[in-house]
Amino acid sequence: MFFSVKSTFILFTTVTDKVKKLFIFLIVLMASEAVHAQLQIEIISGNPSALPIAIVPFQWEDATPPPINSMDEIISGDLYRSGLFDPMDTADMMERPVDEESIRFGTWRLLKVDYLLIGSVRTPADGQGHELIYQLFDVHTRERLLSQITTVGPGDLRYGAHRVADAIYQTLTGVPGAFATRIAYITATGFGADLRYELVVSDADGFGPQSVVGSPEPLLSPAWSPDGKKLAYVSFEKGNSAIYLQDVATGSRELISGGKGINGAPSFSPDGRKMAMTLSRTGNPEIYIREMATGRLTQLTQHWAIDTEPVWAPDGKYIYFTSDRGGKPQIYRVAPTGGKPERVTLEGDYNARASIAPDGRRIAVAHGRGNEYRIAIWDIETERFTILTPGVLDESPSFAPNGSMVLYATREGTRGVLSAVSADGSVRQRLILSEGDVREPAWSLVIR
Amino acid sequence: MKKVWQLTLAMIIALALTACQTTPEVVPEPTPEPAPEPPTEVVTQAAPDPHDYTDSRNLDNPESMLSKRIIYFDFDKSTVLPEFRGIVSAHAAYAASHSSARVTLEGHADERGTREYNLGLGERRGNAVMALMSAQGAMGSQMVVGSYGEERPTCRVSDEYCWSQNRRVEIVYTAQ
Repeated sequence: MFFSVKSTFILFTTVTDKVKKLFIFLIVLMASEAVHAQLQIEIISGNPSALPIAIVPFQWEDATPPPINSMDEIISGDLYRSGLFDPMDTADMMERPVDEESIRFGTWRLLKVDYLLIGSVRTPADGQGHELIYQLFDVHTRERLLSQITTVGPGDLRYGAHRVADAIYQTLTGVPGAFATRIAYITATGFGADLRYELVVSDADGFGPQSVVGSPEPLLSPAWSPDGKKLAYVSFEKGNSAIYLQDVATGSRELISGGKGINGAPSFSPDGRKMAMTLSRTGNPEIYIREMATGRLTQLTQHWAIDTEPVWAPDGKYIYFTSDRGGKPQIYRVAPTGGKPERVTLEGDYNARASIAPDGRRIAVAHGRGNEYRIAIWDIETERFTILTPGVLDESPSFAPNGSMVLYATREGTRGVLSAVSADGSVRQRLILSEGDVREPAWSLVIR
Repeated sequence: MKKVWQLTLAMIIALALTACQTTPEVVPEPTPEPAPEPPTEVVTQAAPDPHDYTDSRNLDNPESMLSKRIIYFDFDKSTVLPEFRGIVSAHAAYAASHSSARVTLEGHADERGTREYNLGLGERRGNAVMALMSAQGAMGSQMVVGSYGEERPTCRVSDEYCWSQNRRVEIVYTAQ
């Protein structure tokens, strides 16, 4: 039977006390005016084999007093969350060099650090915003691996720190970073008549939340346009489900689909010219493709089963979707031009809502067994599952644009929260909005 | 889930029994004094026959199947279970006898599984009730299926009891 499970479950109990001590930290955010919420970040587990790196606190040479004094913490937090780095706690740093001449590489070698980042912040010549000047060194060869200046606008220091983390990530892994990106998610706050849903956009680490749209009726299934400028989502504001497309910056929006039955699960093609969606205009959920320029609609699937949650492969060659045509929900794929769908996930009772890794070889799914739902990655080539999260009601996986992490929705008691897990399962981090129920994260593909 | 069926079955039997009694408040204990006859006879004449599903007064009569509007389902299933077919039949009979009646069949799912799949599941449950009502004389034009998936739970605890309450189709009259 195909329900036998050979999945690997990664245990999270192997964190050393040292790693815990070093990286359990709480950052309280100045709540944005749009979303009155505080955000906590907590490291849940660690990866002992990650690259040791020291991010020395930045020297502040700016004319104005620092609005944030945690550039190094933001950078360290980003790198840590990816699972590939083991940043040093600043409290354990014996010295804080500000230029190449003052680095004593022997000391850092003794502290078992492989890479060292030093930097400063100053006001640019035109007096606008900030300049981040930073250098990355290989402690063993003393080689300078990176020397860069990043200029950001006023109030964009956190974004600047994410850019620095991206530069380090790319230099040391060869893969572009994805820290200076944005995520979208849905929140539900209040009860009864005060129940309110919001579509929120924030930085990839959960900071800087801004409400894009609010409604007393359910909102769900946010999906970014590939250029990161628009969000498609499903709203019940008219009583029935309808798909809207909204410009994040201007707030202007258009109704994409609001006919009889279900209008759900929007997903853009990689070139942004088409949108796949689920419509049940025939009385049964089928996948359709809409040409965005003309509005022309093509039906892609035709089956009595529930066909939904379409998502495009990064190369555009397949549309992956959830279908229970085999009796239980599994992931299938079909060419966007049509044809006979083929089953992709071959194990497990319940696999749904696929997110495709940028390499196109792995898919993250909500993987259900009994009453437990976890995030798992199905490797298309080796046909094996790796279970990433402990459950029990984990869903809505969304791959980082560089494939390094998966964002997902999980539960704490009766409340929904978002967590990020490194793609190898070694590091999990929780992003919590202290108010309400948080769900359905969607990771934008573009650097902000 | 089993508990709910048993409870519902017990309620249906209880209703059938009370329907045969002369007053709704009859206590099944032997009473020394016989109840006064004339006033109860007046009441029984005024009250609608709870089994007459063409009588619109039964829509609000707790003794009639017509007053029940919720059909419950098994996990990831859309089969109308035998214990709920009586309710569906009652509403089908009412719709068949009142051409102006309109109903929305709102399908719902429990929180387990993904939101979009559950939208599909809610719709499938609504369709199952609609098919049964159609087979018993309701017109297709009288019924609309809507799905809220897992978005409108009536019970918010993550346990079997709450899940069983949330997997449902609600029969909502938009016109009687």
